[in-house]
Amino acid sequence: MEKIKVSIVGGSGYTGGELLRLLLFHPNVEIAEVTSESYTGKFVHKVHPNLRKATALKFVSSSELNPCDLLFLCLPHNSSQNHIDRFKQLASKIIDLSADFRLKNSAEYEKWYGHKHARPELLNEFVYGIPELHRDEMKKAYYISSAGCNATASILGLFPLYKNGLVEEDRTVIEVKAGSSEGGNKVNEGSHHPERAGVVRSYMPTQHRHSAEILQELSFGKRINVHFSATAIDMVRGLLATCHVFLKNDLQEKDIWKIYRDAYGNEPFIRIVKENEGIYRYPEPKLLSGTNFCDIGFKKDEFSNRLVVISAIDNLMKGAAGQAVQAFNLMFEIDERTGLEFPGLHPI
Amino acid sequence: MFAKLKNGVVNKMKFECPVCGAMVDLPEGTVIGELIECPDCGTELEVVSLDPPTVKEAPQEEEDWGE
Repeated sequence: MEKIKVSIVGGSGYTGGELLRLLLFHPNVEIAEVTSESYTGKFVHKVHPNLRKATALKFVSSSELNPCDLLFLCLPHNSSQNHIDRFKQLASKIIDLSADFRLKNSAEYEKWYGHKHARPELLNEFVYGIPELHRDEMKKAYYISSAGCNATASILGLFPLYKNGLVEEDRTVIEVKAGSSEGGNKVNEGSHHPERAGVVRSYMPTQHRHSAEILQELSFGKRINVHFSATAIDMVRGLLATCHVFLKNDLQEKDIWKIYRDAYGNEPFIRIVKENEGIYRYPEPKLLSGTNFCDIGFKKDEFSNRLVVISAIDNLMKGAAGQAVQAFNLMFEIDERTGLEFPGLHPI
Repeated sequence: MFAKLKNGVVNKMKFECPVCGAMVDLPEGTVIGELIECPDCGTELEVVSLDPPTVKEAPQEEEDWGE
């Protein structure tokens, strides 16, 4: 098979670096160009030191981009939508890893992002990027918008319950504990080591933008409410979503096992993690570092109808670059697992 | 808690995990009293009969997680 020529726009951030790490070893891919305005002319390993000797690529300016088969857009939010016409001219297929094209409804975009979308007429051209939900659409797609990391863990954790109408629609509470790489590689006072180290920082108790994606993907035509909070903890990669839902019916744990097994039993990157003994009985983000897995566990409260669903991912992988490569594989009819089979490290 | 095979020849060498509902293969040569770990939920299951294959949840030691 002839290699697919891809370029990465905005390759100096953490997500761009992770994409490079994956794509450099992807058997069906040739990376044509990687752009960065800040590092034009520099070797990519200057910014991503883990890639020393893995590539001799240098960053180019986005103004120098040449046509290719697919563009990965790793630009800051509110950037892709302002340059999308040019990107469409350069490649017939695009995977955008920013938030610009995740929402289908422009009014919802304006509500959550605080400004009007520059190209609302294009929102429906993009397939929302979680493969487990939109696999068939992705196989035919030209444009995919990768999902937010917190949203990915939350949606995958709750999808089987909402799809089957098993939970009260307005009482879901999600608490995400997130690592520092979620904030990207731009520094600020809050990321200064003496301030950031050791924190348990409630950085977004309400109004997190990823709530919009969760509502969009879990509503199934109904009016639902999801109460989402995010807390930054002392971890570099990874996130853990603890989701509290209230069951409409008196389901037992064995019933819930069946629901998750039916939804995800054949999924290559989803594992149900719920064991009665051992150290890692429920999903643990650190074991997922560098992997494309989403681990999901649950526990039913014996004294109420509350079900706690716990899901974990590496935010830079299943929550960003890994998810995007999985989508890429689907778009080009390549085995979905290609380039993504790293099982993680233990101990770590 | 006991779990029994539903019926039929096809399922003869499988049993249902009483904890998570997984259909688990009964390894060849299994003897009564043997412990089998469910591959899905990790529960240790004690084989109490072979024909039909029947298991029960094995007693587990309470673990202290240091909490």
